Amino acid sequence: MLDLLIMCLQFIKTGLFAVGGGLATIPFLYDLSDKYQWFTHNDILNFIAVAEATPGPVGVNMATFAGYTTHGIGGAILSTLSLVLPSFIIILIVAAVLEKFRSNRFVVNGFHFLRPASTALIGAAGLRVLLTVFFDVEKVTFDMFGHLGQVFTHVNWMAILVFCVMFFLMKTFKGHTLIYILIAAGLGILLKL
Amino acid sequence: MQKSWKEKLKLYLTIYWTMFKIGVTTFGGGYAMIAIFDKELGERKKWIDREELLDYLAISQITPGVIAVNVSTFVGRKKGGVIGAIFGTLGVVTPSLIIITIIAALFINFASNEYVMHAFAGIRICACVLIINATIRFIKQTVVDILTLVTFLCVFLVAAFTRISTVYIVLFIILVSIVFTIIKGSKEKKKDGHDGGAQC
Repeated sequence: MLDLLIMCLQFIKTGLFAVGGGLATIPFLYDLSDKYQWFTHNDILNFIAVAEATPGPVGVNMATFAGYTTHGIGGAILSTLSLVLPSFIIILIVAAVLEKFRSNRFVVNGFHFLRPASTALIGAAGLRVLLTVFFDVEKVTFDMFGHLGQVFTHVNWMAILVFCVMFFLMKTFKGHTLIYILIAAGLGILLKL
Repeated sequence: MQKSWKEKLKLYLTIYWTMFKIGVTTFGGGYAMIAIFDKELGERKKWIDREELLDYLAISQITPGVIAVNVSTFVGRKKGGVIGAIFGTLGVVTPSLIIITIIAALFINFASNEYVMHAFAGIRICACVLIINATIRFIKQTVVDILTLVTFLCVFLVAAFTRISTVYIVLFIILVSIVFTIIKGSKEKKKDGHDGGAQC
């Protein structure tokens, strides 16, 4: 029981201090592993592999997996809720403050510059995924500095073909995104991507 | 009274179910999810507009927590207040809870299963198309003058080719915008003062 409480507190701490997306939780997981022996360093590599390969935000997936490994289903639910609690509260406060100062010129100008910046961040993420998709990656390391460990070998023509097909499908038809994801998964299995 | 209570509950469940579906569709992190948010909530459902989504994304970069969850909290709050935010947040994490628990319970080599690997290779391509489509839509909306174009290009180059954390990039852009606002403000003041002098 006490153990569970400590775990909740630890994940609240992780949720509070991991700024900048799901992968920022990784160093915290290593800390927890050293401190409490809830899971090993090897388990963490498993968390990351599974979290990357399943739907849902990577950070949440890792917390769930870590909670389940240590305390079963109850642990999974509690660790996930603990992880999202701090940011939930902070976002509510920020949203309320933002509403109040929406027409403040600092806020207006701030977002005028932040919007193209956000767009650029999305574009850069897209480019990184594009490179890993279009070129066969010889070795993928699942550490925090993952991209350095990737060695591009040769062009994956099949992937480029599927990319063009998916691009065309999405431009032409207006279905739910889930449908496209299922089509892409099916193509992946059929073509042995 | 009874009816409005029912309507509210319906709204909350709609928020929950919408976020649940987005949670299922998200592979590989927050940016793919932003693309799906834009397509599902922006284009199809018209819950939020593109600028709001980008504002949420920028804030989520510099606040703690998982980006996709933070954006869900924002959207849930906008649609249904604090309770809406709770439902939105829970909705987006529920698929993870279910799927990860099942995998963890059965976990033996799920990630190295041959079919799973091929399926995910396909899904990664789909995520890639989603992100690129979203980027094109966002550029049309946000790059409106020379300053925003410069901002876009600089951030893109830094984010794509260096290992500088996005937290610092966003904080730097905020700093730039503050300096810009102050300079612009003092220029306008000068202009006002000049006009005032002419009137005298």
